[in-house]
Amino acid sequence: MMLIPCPHCGPRAHVEFTYARTLDAVLPLDATPDEAARILFERENPRGPSKELWRHTHGCGSWLRLTRHTATHEISETVPWPPSPPGHGAWPS
Amino acid sequence: MKRFSALALLRAGLDGQTRWPRHWRDPEPARRYDIVVIGGGGHGLATAYYLARVHGVKSVAVLEKAWIGGGNTGRNTTIVRSNYRQPQLQRLLEFSLKTWETLGDELNFNLMFSQRGVLFLGHSDADMVSLAERGDSLRCAGIDAELMSRDEVARLAPCLEVSRDARHPIVGGLIQKRGGTARHDAVAWGFARAADALGVDVIQNCEVTGFAMTGGRVTGVKTSRGEIGADRVGICVAGASGVVAGLAGLKLPIESHLLQAFVSEPVKPMLDTVILSQSIHAYVSQSDKGEMVVGGDPDHYPTYSQRGSPHRIEEVAAQAIALIPALSRLRMLRCWAGTTDMSFDGSPIIAPTPVDGLYLNGGWCYGGFKATPGSGRLYAHLLATGASHEIAAPFSLDRFARGATIDEAGAGPAPQAR
Repeated sequence: MMLIPCPHCGPRAHVEFTYARTLDAVLPLDATPDEAARILFERENPRGPSKELWRHTHGCGSWLRLTRHTATHEISETVPWPPSPPGHGAWPS
Repeated sequence: MKRFSALALLRAGLDGQTRWPRHWRDPEPARRYDIVVIGGGGHGLATAYYLARVHGVKSVAVLEKAWIGGGNTGRNTTIVRSNYRQPQLQRLLEFSLKTWETLGDELNFNLMFSQRGVLFLGHSDADMVSLAERGDSLRCAGIDAELMSRDEVARLAPCLEVSRDARHPIVGGLIQKRGGTARHDAVAWGFARAADALGVDVIQNCEVTGFAMTGGRVTGVKTSRGEIGADRVGICVAGASGVVAGLAGLKLPIESHLLQAFVSEPVKPMLDTVILSQSIHAYVSQSDKGEMVVGGDPDHYPTYSQRGSPHRIEEVAAQAIALIPALSRLRMLRCWAGTTDMSFDGSPIIAPTPVDGLYLNGGWCYGGFKATPGSGRLYAHLLATGASHEIAAPFSLDRFARGATIDEAGAGPAPQAR
């Protein structure tokens, strides 16, 4: 069982979270068909640190970006996602 | 190779079992081979065997980083069936099931292949409609399927909870009687022994660390035991597909997740078929040793840890006990996890890669064991001839970009949704 540090709620059991996709799999709306196929279907699938998007589905509901080692499950970074625009607080209330 | 027979076993018994030879050699890697297969699991060993047996390729090596059959071949729940919905998968897995039916004799190895039937349970009217559709589709494809009533299910497997107020009430089922189980370790050993007898070098403790390339073409592999030249190289490494393909600069439509399974202490015979379900995710069978073998859903996030999460154990146990209440009295002996190469449509890839001379057999998700002999036959055809066999042709690497995916679950490019 992983303990995932939610930027808003603190450390929580990983069953409260849902894995969505790796960070390189986020599809921009203006991607060309070739880019879209690459983003949808090609993965580095590393055995090592990987940047991933998860959601605290059964907690605060917000999205977060993890840097997580896929063999040891060590989480070296957790940040809110998407990043806040400059001049704003972490999250609008 | 010394052949197994009733007489050989009797003689060995009289000799105190002291005269059995090694069943496969432990060769040093040669400088080059015609074809090198990376990965000494069931699929890789089967590929090497059929390369030698069917295609007459004389110079073949299987490179295994640890010991043969030590990955997913030794970590699955040993179920064999071909009752899929997509016609491409039906052809592939029925081809494999037909091969299973004569494989033990062909390899002269007891695979303990047992066609004890694979029963899908239906828990609602909607489940039964879905099972009837599946059965019709299978019978149209010439694959056996029989719809069963609740009473027939109860007679077949009396340990099931069939009362009307059960947690998962049973309305009926769909059985494939030719499905069943096989002894997973024996599959690896049987193929290794038969391949070795045909001159294949099965090389263990030999990890591939890179590819030798000349002008964009693969000319061999770099390994922990030196460089080995090859005309063609086949990747067949299941959960490590992304890592090995990455050594050649490739990115695949595969994410590595994990699937757990569990086995109980051995008990007297209580279940002589394989139980799966249309709506819930636990599946149960009993091994020939008497252990109850239980599996469930994957853990739904990328990992190479081969170590499952406890919440899944709890969920699978709850579902299995709801189906078969007597399981609550059993102690579980072991649980384990295998790294599953989750492809982005749930179907395998048996295809050339964009790198000349390099081929891929992977993306079997959590369902590769049942396909072992068929997968080996088709991959051997590809490696020997350079062209895909008709049955393997739909399982190409470019099907994703072309929109020709084969998506049994209809889940789209999201491995965590399968």
